[in-house]
Amino acid sequence: MEAGQIHNKDAFLSKVRNHLGVIEVKDHVEKPEWSVSPQKNVLKGKSKDELVEVLKEQCKVIHTDFYQTKKNELNGVLESIIKKFQATSVVSWSDEEMKKYLNGIDAIIKNNNIDFSEWDDSNPEESIKNAEKADIGITYSDITLAESGTVVLFNSLGKGRSISLLPKFYVALIPKSSIVPRMTQATTKIDQEIEAGNLIPSCVNFITGPSNSADIEMNLVVGVHGPIKAAYIVLDDI
Amino acid sequence: MPMQIGEKNFKNRVEKGLGDDFMRGAVKSAQSRLQNNRKLAAEDLGDWEDWRTLGQEIRQHTIENLDYYLNELSENVAELGGHVYFAETAEEANKYIQDVAKKKDAKKIAKSKSMVTEEISMNDALEDIGCEVIETDLGEYILQIDDHDPPSHIVAPALHKNKEQIRDVFKERLGYQNSELPEELALFAREKLREEFLQADIGITGCNFAVANSGSFALVTNEGNARMVTSLPKTQITVMGMERIVPGWEELDIVVSLLTRAAVGQKLTSYITALTGPKKEEEGDGPEEFHLVIVDNGRSKILGTEFQEALHCIRCAACINVCPVYRHVGGHAYGSIYPGPIGAVLSPLLGDDEEYKELPYASSLCGACTEVCPVKIPLHEQLIMHRRNMMEEREMGNLAEKITMQGFGVLTGSSSLYKIATKMAPFVATPFIHDGSISKGPGPMKGWTGIRDMPAPSKERFRDWYKKRKAGK
Repeated sequence: MEAGQIHNKDAFLSKVRNHLGVIEVKDHVEKPEWSVSPQKNVLKGKSKDELVEVLKEQCKVIHTDFYQTKKNELNGVLESIIKKFQATSVVSWSDEEMKKYLNGIDAIIKNNNIDFSEWDDSNPEESIKNAEKADIGITYSDITLAESGTVVLFNSLGKGRSISLLPKFYVALIPKSSIVPRMTQATTKIDQEIEAGNLIPSCVNFITGPSNSADIEMNLVVGVHGPIKAAYIVLDDI
Repeated sequence: MPMQIGEKNFKNRVEKGLGDDFMRGAVKSAQSRLQNNRKLAAEDLGDWEDWRTLGQEIRQHTIENLDYYLNELSENVAELGGHVYFAETAEEANKYIQDVAKKKDAKKIAKSKSMVTEEISMNDALEDIGCEVIETDLGEYILQIDDHDPPSHIVAPALHKNKEQIRDVFKERLGYQNSELPEELALFAREKLREEFLQADIGITGCNFAVANSGSFALVTNEGNARMVTSLPKTQITVMGMERIVPGWEELDIVVSLLTRAAVGQKLTSYITALTGPKKEEEGDGPEEFHLVIVDNGRSKILGTEFQEALHCIRCAACINVCPVYRHVGGHAYGSIYPGPIGAVLSPLLGDDEEYKELPYASSLCGACTEVCPVKIPLHEQLIMHRRNMMEEREMGNLAEKITMQGFGVLTGSSSLYKIATKMAPFVATPFIHDGSISKGPGPMKGWTGIRDMPAPSKERFRDWYKKRKAGK
C-alpha cells in the first residue's frame, strides 16, 4: 500500500504546541491510569446464558425480533423469518464462516423460490446492486454486546459493508460464544490487535437494531436509510 | 452556511424566538423528552458520576497532549494510504476540499451530518465550483430542502419545525403527496435519497471521534446515511474539528457511551461506524481514496486559556436540552450554529466576539448545564469568565449594565447599604407600578420590562418578614 500524503502538519502542530505552552516535541506520551473504570463493572461475572437473557430484553428496546435456536435448527428459523418478512430475495456474506452457517440454505431457496446471492468482492457493482434490491441481508456477528443489543461486524474480504445496510431487512446470526457484556470487551480486543502490530478491519460496524430517526418532532421512526426491520438469531451451541 | 446564522441583532432574534409559539412548543416538548431520556439512561448505569469523572479525565489528558495525538493520528492514516490535510483556517480547509472535488471531477456529493462543515461553510464552497451537495441526515435534508433553513440544535437540527411544516415543504418542493405522519415522511426521504447515495462521486462526513492509535474515526448515527456515504462513493472526505480525538479504542468506548446516553438516552445508537483508512485493495465496498481534513479555525487560540475545557465538548447537546433560556428563545436566537450554553461559550471564542457579545448573558447561570455535562465542563463558570472578560478587560459591556452591575455589587457587598437599598426600593419604584407590577421600567430595567412585567417590590422586606416570623409575630 502506497503511503498517503500529510500536508501542513508541522506549522499546524507547532501552533498547537505554542498555545499549549509545550516547548519540545513529545516522542511518547504515557496514558495516565484513569482514576475510575466503571465500564469494567457492567454485567461483570455474568454467564453466557445470563448475557443472552440481557440481550433478549434489550431487543425489545431496540425494535429487534429475537430468536434462539441450535445450529441444526437454524434453517427452520431462517425459513420462518423469510416468510414473516415476505421476502423474495436474500443476500449474505460469503466468507468461509458464513458458508458454514448457511450450508442448508439451498433447500430454503428452492422451496420458497428465493433469489439468493452472496457478496462478491471481485464484482462490487453487481454485489451492491443485488444488496440494494434485496429484501433480506444476512451476516453473522463477530462480537455481540449484551448491554446494548449490538452486533459488531468486522467488515473485510467476503464481508461487505453493504449486506447489513442496503436490504430492507437485516438478519444477524449470533454465536452464543460471541456474546460479551458491553462495548468495552470489543474495544479492548481491538486495542490488543493494534498493540500486537496487526492491521484492524477498514470498517468495524457496531449495529444496534434497525435504522431509525427522531428528527421529526422527536418521534421515533424505525427504518430510515438502513434496514427498516432487524432480527437476531442466537445460536445456542456455537 | 457560516457559523453566524439569522439576522445580526440579538434582541430582534430573541423577540422573533419568543413570538414563535409553534417553535416554543416544539422545543419545550423535545427538551422534556430528551432530558428525561438522558436521566433514565444515567440512572440505569448506576455509577454515572464515575463515568463522568472518567470522561473528564480522558478529555483533559487528550487536549493537554493534542499535538502528540494529532501527530499519531495523521501518521497512522497516511500509513494506511489515506491523505491528511491540516487546515488552520476555514478557507484552507475549503480550498483543499474543492481541489479534491475538482481532481475527481465530482458533480454530486452526498454528505452526512457534520457541524464543522457548517462552521466553515463547506457546502457554499463546493457549490461555488459547480458541485451539487446533498445533505442526507433526515433533519439536515429537511432544512436544505426548505431554502437552507439554519439548524437550531446540534443533535436534532430541525427541532424547530413541526410535522405539518415538514409535510408542506416536501409537498411544495418535491411533490410529496402523503400525510404528515413521520413514518411516511421518512419513507419518502429514504426513497428520494437512495438514488443520490448510489450516484454520488464523493461522500463527505464529519467525525464524532478520531482514534489516534489506529488512525481511525468513528461516526455515531441512527439513520444509516453516514454508512451509505462511507460505503458507496469511491472517494471519501472526512472533516474533523482538531479536538475531536481520543488516544485509543479504550477511550473511544467511554466517550461514545457518554455521548449516546447524554444526547438521546440510548445505550448505543443504531450505528457506531469505525473506519480505518480507505478500503483494502481487494475489498468490494468502501472508498478507494480517503482524505482527512483536520480543522483548527480558531480552536488553537482557546488552548492554554481559561476556556481550554470548552474543547473537551463531545457535542451531545445535554446542556442545550436542560437550558431554561434555550427553552424560551430557541436555537436561532443564539445567531450561531452552536446554540445553548456550549454555544454561548464557544461562539464568542470561535467567531467574532463582538458579534456574540450578548450570548454569555443569555443564561440564568442556574448551572443545570454544568450538572448534566457528561465530561464535566464548568459551563456556567465559563459564561461568568466571558462576562468578566468582556466587562472588565475589553470594556465591551454596555454602560448601563456595567453601572447597574457594579452598583449591585457595591450594594450587595455591604450589608448596611443593602438594607437601605432594599428598604428604598418600594418607594423608588412607586411611579412605575401599575396593578401591582412594573410594566415600563426605567434604565436598566427597560430590557426586561419591555417583554414582560416585573413584580413590584414588596412593601415588606423579606428580612423584616423573616424576623417577624421568627419572633412568632
